[in-house]
Amino acid sequence: MKIKVFVTPKRNVLDPQGVAVGHALESLGLKGLKGTRVGKVVELEVDGADSPQLRSQIDKLCRDLLSNPVIEDYHYEIAGG
Amino acid sequence: MNIAVLQFPGSNCDQDAFHLFASGLGLPTRYLWHKETSLGSADLVVVPGGFSYGDYLRCGAIARFSPVMGAVREHAERGGLVLGICNGFQILCEAGLLPGALIRNSSLEYRCMTCDLVVEEAGPAFNTRLVGKRVRLPIGHGEGNFRIDDAGLERLESNHQVLLRYADNPNGSLSSIAGIRNEEGNVFGMMPHPDRAFERFHPSQDGLAVARAVLSLRFPDILKESA
Repeated sequence: MKIKVFVTPKRNVLDPQGVAVGHALESLGLKGLKGTRVGKVVELEVDGADSPQLRSQIDKLCRDLLSNPVIEDYHYEIAGG
Repeated sequence: MNIAVLQFPGSNCDQDAFHLFASGLGLPTRYLWHKETSLGSADLVVVPGGFSYGDYLRCGAIARFSPVMGAVREHAERGGLVLGICNGFQILCEAGLLPGALIRNSSLEYRCMTCDLVVEEAGPAFNTRLVGKRVRLPIGHGEGNFRIDDAGLERLESNHQVLLRYADNPNGSLSSIAGIRNEEGNVFGMMPHPDRAFERFHPSQDGLAVARAVLSLRFPDILKESA
C-alpha cells in the first residue's frame, strides 16, 4: 500500500520560496499567475490494509513529524489498500 | 553548577557553546551525545547551532526525536534551564518547548552578519539591567524567520516572553523577534549566537552577559562574578 503525504505552507503563512518560484514562472512567460506555494511530498510504502487505526496513526505522524502544524497543513492519499 | 552541551549529528557550534561556558565563564561544562537518555547532573542544557540531521524535512524536526530530547523535556518541565542557540532554537520550537516556528528568511538568502539587537524587559532572568539596552551578536542562518499565529504573538508580547529584537530585521521575523523564552521563564531560544561573541577577536563580548543572564535565574551569584 502506498501513502502519499502532501505538506504545504499554511495559507496565512508567508512562503518566501513560493514567492521566488512565482517570480521565475512569470519571467518564463506564465501570464495571470495568482499564487505559488512550494510544499513537499512524502511517499510511504507500508504493508497492510487501509483502516481507521492506520489513518489515525498516519495523522499523528503527520502532525508530530512530517508537518509542523504551526506553519504547515497536510493531507494524504492512500492507494493500493 | 554544571553545563551540558548537546551534540547531534550535524551540530557545528557545539564547541563554540562549550567554550562560551567553559572558557568564557569558567564553568564545569561537558558534551552530551544525543543518544544519551539522561542529563546526569546538568543544571543548564545548551542546544547548540548547526545543521542537525542535515536540516532534512525541516530544521530541527528530526533532532527533536533524538533520545536525549526526552530527558531535556523532563528537565524543562521540572524547571531546569535550557538554552537553544540558532539550530538549537529551531529544535526547541519543533519540540514544542518554545512556541512558534522558524521558516526560510524572507530574502531567501543565508544571512551571516553581526546584528544590533534590542534587549527587552523579559522578566527577572533577562532584561536590560542584566544584559544592557542593546547587544551586538553574530547571526548565521537561512531559516530564522520567526512565525507564530496572531494569538500566539499576543501571548508572547503580553507575557513579556520576547528576549531580543533585531534593530534592523535581517530575516523577516514577525515583530523583529530574535529570541524568546517560554512562559515559565526557564527555556530560552535565540537565533543570534552568544557563543560567537565572547573572545577578544569576536565582534563583541556581549555573549557573556547573555549567558550570565540565562544562568542568573538559578545561580544569582554568577552576576557577582561579572561585577
